[in-house]
Amino acid sequence: MAVALVLVLIVAGSVLFHILSPWWWTPIASNWGYIDTTLVITFWITGAVFAAVVLFMAYCVFKFRHKEGRKAAYEPESKKLETWLTVVTALGVAVMLAPGLFVWYQFVTVPDDAVEVEVVGQQWQWSYRLPGADGRLGTSNSRLISFENPLGVNPDDPNGQDDVVVEAGDLHLPIGKPVKMLLRSIDVLHDFYVPEFRAKMDMVPGTITYFWFTPTRTGTFEVLCAELCGTGHGYMRGIVMVDTEEDYRAWLQDQSTFAQLTAPEKVSAAGDVRP
Amino acid sequence: MSVILVFLLVVLGVAGWWLSHQRLMSKPWLEQGVPAAFPDTDVTGMPTAKIALGIFLAVVGALFALFASAYFMRMDYADWQATPLPSVLWLNTAILVMASIALQIAVAASRQGHGTTVRLALVTAALTTVAFLAGQLMAWRDLTADGYLLDGNPASSFFYLITGMHGLHIVAGIVGLARVSARSMRGSNDENTRLGIELCAMYWHFLLLIWLGVFVLLAGWANDFIAVCRQFLI
Amino acid sequence: MVDITPHADNTVPAAEVADVELYHPKSWWTTYVFSQDAKVIAIQYSGTAIAIGMVALVLSWLMRLQLGFPGTFDFITPEAYYQFITMHGMIMVIYLLTALFLGGFGNYLIPLMVGARDMVFPYANMLSYWIYLLAVLVLVVSFFAPGGPTGAGWTLYPPQAILSGTPGGQAWGIILMLVSLILFIIGFTMGGLNYVVTVLQGRARGMTLMRMPLTVWGIFTATVMALLAFPALFVACVMMLFDRLLGTSFFMPALVELGQQLEYGGGSPILFQHLFWFFGHPEVYIVALPAFGIVSDLISTHARKNIFGYRMMVWAIVIIGALSFVVWAHHMYVSGMHPWFGFFFATTTLIIAVPTALKVYNWVLTLWRGDIHLTLPMLFALAFIVTFVNGGLTGLFLGNVVVDVPLSDTMFVVAHFHMVMGVAPILVIFGAIYHWYPKITGRMLNEAMGQFHFWVTFLGAYAIFFPMHYVGLVGVPRRYPDISGTAFIPESVHTLNAFITIAALVVGFAQLVFLFNLFWSLKFGRDAGGNPWRATSLEWQTPTTPPPHGNWGDTLPVVYRWAYDYSVPGAPEDFIAQNDPGPRTAQAAGPA
Repeated sequence: MAVALVLVLIVAGSVLFHILSPWWWTPIASNWGYIDTTLVITFWITGAVFAAVVLFMAYCVFKFRHKEGRKAAYEPESKKLETWLTVVTALGVAVMLAPGLFVWYQFVTVPDDAVEVEVVGQQWQWSYRLPGADGRLGTSNSRLISFENPLGVNPDDPNGQDDVVVEAGDLHLPIGKPVKMLLRSIDVLHDFYVPEFRAKMDMVPGTITYFWFTPTRTGTFEVLCAELCGTGHGYMRGIVMVDTEEDYRAWLQDQSTFAQLTAPEKVSAAGDVRP
Repeated sequence: MSVILVFLLVVLGVAGWWLSHQRLMSKPWLEQGVPAAFPDTDVTGMPTAKIALGIFLAVVGALFALFASAYFMRMDYADWQATPLPSVLWLNTAILVMASIALQIAVAASRQGHGTTVRLALVTAALTTVAFLAGQLMAWRDLTADGYLLDGNPASSFFYLITGMHGLHIVAGIVGLARVSARSMRGSNDENTRLGIELCAMYWHFLLLIWLGVFVLLAGWANDFIAVCRQFLI
Repeated sequence: MVDITPHADNTVPAAEVADVELYHPKSWWTTYVFSQDAKVIAIQYSGTAIAIGMVALVLSWLMRLQLGFPGTFDFITPEAYYQFITMHGMIMVIYLLTALFLGGFGNYLIPLMVGARDMVFPYANMLSYWIYLLAVLVLVVSFFAPGGPTGAGWTLYPPQAILSGTPGGQAWGIILMLVSLILFIIGFTMGGLNYVVTVLQGRARGMTLMRMPLTVWGIFTATVMALLAFPALFVACVMMLFDRLLGTSFFMPALVELGQQLEYGGGSPILFQHLFWFFGHPEVYIVALPAFGIVSDLISTHARKNIFGYRMMVWAIVIIGALSFVVWAHHMYVSGMHPWFGFFFATTTLIIAVPTALKVYNWVLTLWRGDIHLTLPMLFALAFIVTFVNGGLTGLFLGNVVVDVPLSDTMFVVAHFHMVMGVAPILVIFGAIYHWYPKITGRMLNEAMGQFHFWVTFLGAYAIFFPMHYVGLVGVPRRYPDISGTAFIPESVHTLNAFITIAALVVGFAQLVFLFNLFWSLKFGRDAGGNPWRATSLEWQTPTTPPPHGNWGDTLPVVYRWAYDYSVPGAPEDFIAQNDPGPRTAQAAGPA
C-alpha cells in the first residue's frame, strides 16, 4: 500500500516539479528555436511514458500485492501484446527522431551568406578573429604561434593582413546576420558554449570545427567552456555581445587588424617563427 | 573504425550461426521434460580448452582489428609518411609459416603416435619462432638505423607498436609451447599432450594470419582497398 | 558418458561426478585467500569492488560539498576537484560496477545457476582476481604519487590528459591510471573467458540455453561484449601511454601549451575519442545487461510469476548487445567529427530504445496479476524500474542528435547517466545482495536495517538526480567546480545545489547502515535455510547452504524445466524447481 502510494507520489512530484520549477532554459537568443521545440516534444512523450509505466506499476503493486491465498496468474507471454507495444514504441521513437534529424540537417547546413568568425580557445581564455574588409580570414597554423602572433595567423597570407584580432577580449556580433563560427584550439579540447545560443561545438587542436547560428536578440551573453580543458576549465569564461548594426560598426572601428598588431616587429617576427 | 566493424560482423555472424542452433524460438515453458530430448542444444563435445582458445583468439583478433582501425584513421592526417618495409620481413614471414607448418606436422604425428616426429616438429617450431622474433628485432634495428624512429612519423610509431604487440603474443605462445614440449620430451603422448599441441597449432596459425594482416597493413597494400571502400562510405 | 535413457518415472539418472582433488578440503590459505573456488573469488571481487567503491563514494561527497557550498572548503582546489571527479567516475564505472557485476555476481551465480561445480578454468579465475586487485592497488597508489591522481576526467581525453595544465598530466597520475586500466583489462579477460566458456561448456544436463535464468543470459552477453569492447580501451591506453612516455604523436596534434611549442605534431584527439567510446558505450550495457538479467529474476521470484515474455527478453538482451557496438559516436555529437555521422548514430541510438523499452514493459507485465511479495529484493527491483525508466527516457534527449547539442556537457548529462547507469544498476546490486545473501551466508539480512537502507537510498538518490536534470537545463556545465559569478544562472540554482549535496550526504551515510548490516547479519541474521524465497533456479537447490567448493556434492543436478515455473496451475506449490522431474498438470506437455 505504502509502496504504491510512494510510486504515485513520485510521478506526481516529478510532474509538479517540472511544472512549478523555476529552473528552465535561458531565454533563447538565436534562431535555434527548433531545437527547443524538439526538446519540448521529447519532454511530452517521455514524460507521458514515465508517468504511464510508473503509475501502472503502482496499480499492480496495489492490486496484486501478496495476500493470504492469492495465486499469481500463469501467462508465459502474449505475442500480440508484445508486438503492439513494440510497434507503439517504435512509432513514439520515430516521432521524436524525425524532427530531430530534420533540425540536425539545418544545423549542419550553413547558409551561404553566413559571415565567418573565428574563435580561438587556449588554456584558459577566448580570442577571436574577424575577417577584414575583404571578408575572408587568412590561414593559420599553430606552429606559427609566438608572443607577437598569439593566434598563429599566417603572415604571408594577404587575406590575413586585414583580419581583426581580438585577443582575450569580448566578441561582438551584429544582430540578425547568420554567422559561421570557425572553432580552433591551440592547445587542448575546448568547447565554445553560450547557453542562450543553444548551439555548441568542441574545438579540437589540429582541426577547425564549426557551427552556425543567427543572433536574434541584442544583449550581453556569457561564454563558457564546455569541454574539460585542465585546471582552469571552470574559469574559462568570456563575453559575447550581440549589437545593433550601428553599435557593431562602432565597436569594429576600434579594433586592431593583424597587420597593425604585428607591424612594428613584422620584419623580425617573420624571422622568429619556427618552422 | 571500419576494420573493427567488419571484424565484429564476422564474430556476430559466427555467434548468430551458433545461436540459430540453440532453438531460440522455442517456448521453454512447454518443453518440460527429460534432457535427452534436446541433444542439439546440449554442451558440445569439443574440448573446453579449444573453445576457450577460440574465444580468446576472437579477443586477440579484435585487438589487432582495432589497431588496424586506428592505423587507417591516423593515416588520413596530413603528416603521415609511409615507412618503408624492411626486407627482412619477407624472410620473417617465411619463417613464421614454417613454424606453423611444423606445428601442423606435430599435430598429425601426435595423432598417429610418432613420438620422435612430434618432438622434432615441436623443436623446429620453437626454433623457427625464436628466429622470427630475432628477425623482427632485426627489422626494428634496420628501421632505427635508417632514421625511422618510434617517436618519429606516426607510420613508424605504428610499425613498432603493432609488430611489438604481435611479438608479445608470440612470446606468450612460446611459453605455452615450452610447457607442451616439456611434456612431450618426457615421452608423454596422452590426450592432454595431444590437446596441448593442437592448441599451440591453432594459436600459431591464428597469429600467422594476424601477421599476414599486419604485413599487408604495414606494406601499404591495404590502402588502395580502403580508399575504394571509403568512396562508398562518405 | 552419462546414461540418458529416461527411467519409467520420466527422470534421468544424475551424472556422478568424478572425485576431483581440487574440491577436497584444503589449507586456510588455499581456501580463503588463494582460492580457486568461484564463490570465494566472487566474494573477493565483491569485497574489493565495494571497498574501492567506498573511496569513490567519499570522493563524491567531497565534490558535492564543493558544488553545494563553493568556497567553503579551502582544501578542495580546482586541481583536487578534478582529481575527485576523475577518480570517482573511473572507480565507479570500471572498478566497482564492471568488477562487481561480472567478477562478483558472474563468479558466484554462473556456476551455480547453470549447474556446474566451478568455473571451467579455476586457476585462471583466481589469477583474474589477483590481477584485478593489483590494478586496484596501482589506482590507489596514484593517490599518493607525487602530483596526485589524474584529473583528466574519466574520459581521459587527450591532449589535456597528458599535459601539465591537468593534474597528474605530466606527473605519475595519468601513467598509473593507464597502467591500472591495462592490468584491469588483462585480468578481466582471464575471468571473462571463464564466464563465457562455463556457460558454453559447463551447463548441467538438460540446461539448454532457453532454460537458463535471465541473470545468466545477462551476464553471459555482457561478458561477450566486454571481451570484444575492452580491447578498444586497451589500444587507447597503450597508445596514450606511448604518447605520454615515448613521444609518439598518435593522439597529439601540434600544439602550444602555455606559450611553449611542444614536440608533438599531426595527431588526432578524435581518434582517441572513437576508441574510447567504442569501448565506452558497450560498457554502459556491460553494466546494464547483468542488471537487466538479475532484476528479471528478482521480479519473477518475488511476484511468484514467470517472467513475462521470456523469449522476447532473451532476444532483447542479444539484440541490445549487438546494437550497442554501433552507437558509440552518440557520445561525440559535438566533438567536431563529421556532422553526417550524426544522422546514423542518432538513428541507431533511438532504435536501441525499442528492445530496451520492451524489457521494461515485460517487467511491469510480470507484476500484472502476480502475487507480489514486497520483500527487500522486490522493493529494489521496483526502484530500479523507476530510476531506469527515468534515466532511459532522458537518454532519448541525448541520443537525438540535435537535442543533445544544447544539453551535452551540462549537468543534464551528469544526471542522466547517474540515473541510468549509476543509481539503477546499483539498486539492482543491492536487491541482488539482499536476494542472494541467504545463499552466500545461510542467514537473512536484517529487515529493519534493510528497509531503512532502501527508502533512504531510493528516495534520496531520486532527490539527488531528478532535480539535477533541471540544473543542466538552465545551462550549468558539468565539470565546473564553481559556477558562481555567472549571470544567467539564477541564485535559486545554488540553493538547489546545496539541497542536492545534502541529499547526497544522507544517501551516502545510509550505505554505512548497509555495510553494517552485511557484517551484523553474518552473525545475528535469521537462519535462512536452503531456499528462503522458494525460488526455482538451481542455485537454491544445492544440497547444503552455503554451498561448499564443488557446489553439488556427489551428483550434478539434472534440469527438467525452465527457470520460471512459478504458480503453475494445478501444481501443489507455487514454484517447481528446475531440477524437479515431476510432471506439470496444466499442460502435461512433453517435449515439443
